[in-house]
Amino acid sequence: MTPAGSLLLAKDLRKSYGSTPALDGAEFSIHPGEVVAVMGPSGSGKSTLLHCLAGIVTPDSGSILYNGRELSSMKDAERSALRRSEFGFVFQFGQLVPELTCTENVALPLRLTGVRRKEAERTALSWMERLEVEDLGNKRPGEVSGGQGQRVAVARSLVTSPRVVFADEPTGALDSLNGERVMQLLTEAARSTNAAVVLVTHEARVAAYSDREVVVRDGKSRDMMLEHSV
Amino acid sequence: MSIGHTLLGLLESGPRHGYDLKRAFDEKFGHDRPLHYGQVYSTMSRLLKNGLVEVDGVEAGGGPERKRYAITEAGITDVEAWLKQPEKPEPYLQSTLYTKVVLALLTGRSAGDLLDTQRAEHLRLMRILTDRKRRGDLSDQLICDHALFHLEADLRWLELTAARLDQLATEVRA
Repeated sequence: MTPAGSLLLAKDLRKSYGSTPALDGAEFSIHPGEVVAVMGPSGSGKSTLLHCLAGIVTPDSGSILYNGRELSSMKDAERSALRRSEFGFVFQFGQLVPELTCTENVALPLRLTGVRRKEAERTALSWMERLEVEDLGNKRPGEVSGGQGQRVAVARSLVTSPRVVFADEPTGALDSLNGERVMQLLTEAARSTNAAVVLVTHEARVAAYSDREVVVRDGKSRDMMLEHSV
Repeated sequence: MSIGHTLLGLLESGPRHGYDLKRAFDEKFGHDRPLHYGQVYSTMSRLLKNGLVEVDGVEAGGGPERKRYAITEAGITDVEAWLKQPEKPEPYLQSTLYTKVVLALLTGRSAGDLLDTQRAEHLRLMRILTDRKRRGDLSDQLICDHALFHLEADLRWLELTAARLDQLATEVRA
């Protein structure tokens, strides 16, 4: 694999919050169907890197190419559309909408792209079956366990068949057994749809579900894939 | 692992031939390191000499005689005592990695690179074990988890050491 075949390719990213540098020359690449773990100690810049790659945060300088196009050259509306339809997100705490049922939560990204309710919920249910939470459809997030809620969140992240799933400490709030099951289901589902997964974690046992790792330290990251391909 | 105690424990459920014992051992505990026949027969003759097993019958076939072994009361007591005895926790105080880190600092080489290389190697093994766990049964999962938790502990140490390299460099060079 070469950087040319990368779905996402970031080079020399810099981002400061006030006088505090969060990223100081970070690089990253990922190919379709690849699971890459972003590792590093707390405060090293892992989450900032993920937010930049996902177009949530704009870096001060550097380049991010998604599918060959520079993210910074896109209009806000275009980046938002990209996040809705081509990117999926899982966070440490599921961040499900408490007023909606689990099925409605999973269907939400489809509804936001204009898919009709029935069709959206049918697709949602098929993802909930894959994540083994189809029985929770009518429950609200407050009525399910942490592990179940996180599987619902994973189903939601995959429901639009995204090309990239961004997972920020997806098992951080779970015990070992639930965390492993979530990782197993997330990586299996992503691989079966050829989605790339950017997996931010500080846990080695979670990173072991990835194909390779990129380590961030003091805002700097080294991507061996880029170094080897030079 | 005490092969003698393990074979004795396997005999508690009923008499077996040496070959059956080896097969049962390999299936349950010998995933990566199956027993040699020689190990089984030398262990059984030691257990026989110590009165922990007895010969329950001999089958004469086309090849060599096949002895069937049964555990004795003394053998059962021995297994019981072994199971009750806690294993000595590994103290992990002789770390090659620590030595390498200190030597790298003393000789002006990059200890950070050394730790990065080691992290990559640990993660490589962790991926292999995670994959084996995913495809394996419950015993495979438990055996791999044991190794994975130990490797994870090593990695935590690597991270902590990486974060303290400057401090360590000052100390070892003083």
